[in-house]
Amino acid sequence: MAFDKKILLEPVSEANPITIQILGICSALAVTSRLKTAVVMGVSVIVVVALSNVVISLIRERIPSKVRIIIEMTVIATLVILVDQFLKAYAFQLSKQLSVFVGLIITNCIVLGRLEAFAMSNPPLPSFLDGVGNGVGYALVLAVVGFFRELLGSGSLWGHRIIPEPFYLAGYADNGLMVLAPGAFIILSLIIWLQRTMTGYRED
Amino acid sequence: MDLVNIGIKAIFTENIILAYFLGMCSFLALSKKISTSLGLGLAVVFVLTITAPVNWLLNEYLLREGALTWLGPGFAGVDLGFLTFITFIAVIAAMVQIVEMAVEKFSATLYNALGIYLPLITVNCAILGVALFMVERRYTLAQASVFGFSSGLGWFLAIVTMAAIRHKLRYSNIPGGMRGLGITMLITGLMAVAFMIFSGVNLGD
Repeated sequence: MAFDKKILLEPVSEANPITIQILGICSALAVTSRLKTAVVMGVSVIVVVALSNVVISLIRERIPSKVRIIIEMTVIATLVILVDQFLKAYAFQLSKQLSVFVGLIITNCIVLGRLEAFAMSNPPLPSFLDGVGNGVGYALVLAVVGFFRELLGSGSLWGHRIIPEPFYLAGYADNGLMVLAPGAFIILSLIIWLQRTMTGYRED
Repeated sequence: MDLVNIGIKAIFTENIILAYFLGMCSFLALSKKISTSLGLGLAVVFVLTITAPVNWLLNEYLLREGALTWLGPGFAGVDLGFLTFITFIAVIAAMVQIVEMAVEKFSATLYNALGIYLPLITVNCAILGVALFMVERRYTLAQASVFGFSSGLGWFLAIVTMAAIRHKLRYSNIPGGMRGLGITMLITGLMAVAFMIFSGVNLGD
């Protein structure tokens, strides 16, 4: 079972899809101005990656290699539609806030990348673990970015006020830049710096 | 005037990459050389200009609630909205394929310049993102076309600028862990701050 554990854990740290492999950044940043939306987005991606990995892995021997991209896209799009409909039904406000970004999971490079690199050549169970691992690695970065952006940008977490009132009276102000796009870029770059310094990964 | 406004907004103040983070993957991976980024940028403008109106027509006459009324009054209540994602991505993939074949047939020089980048565009979030934004904001056909073209132009502008900056960056001494992705990300952040300067621009409503 040691083998399975490695599949699950490696993408969470050493081969993190966002900070090391530079995949799926498109949708990673836009939803992170609040912790809640970041977490929901993370969970949605975990579901889509894990399930699409399983589906493709089950039918991998029947897919003609010429049309595989189209087939993979269809599977991903179907799963994303399911997630989107589910969110609309059970968390309408949240799905309004996520707006088009749930749909953009389809073009998230992580999903297609894992299908191509792993699910096409591995049996369903390891594929499932690989999907969960990559999804968690992605969700984790999203949550960290969301945590800092909401804390510094609006002084709250999960919608609850964290920074006490006296701080504001004493002259503390929320950093509006964090809520806007540049904040996301800057925080993510700092996370990448930290993570790469810790793992010793270098790009030339 | 309304159209000019949408155009200016899509290029500068609400730049598809610097304000909405769409198309980051290829932006980060392919902005190392100016020539590459020029090719990819042109291909994105090209594909966006074509897919935005096509997707608009599909949404208007096939997908949205009541869109099938032209088939007969019985279809007025049909809502195929849940098929939006899968239709759009199929249209984009097909359009990219057609554009690739057309370019290959009619202009060998352009094909050599764009060739390898065209297939990559299918999974560029900017293309699908523009289509979904267009539906969400209820643009008309003319507005959607302008929005598609100028979003592409904004993306083009950002990736070429980034390639030029990274070209100079090669001679700087950057801390090890920050090299590559890290510093590119930070510069993108600074570029986003710079583009926010345009946010006051408004040409009458």
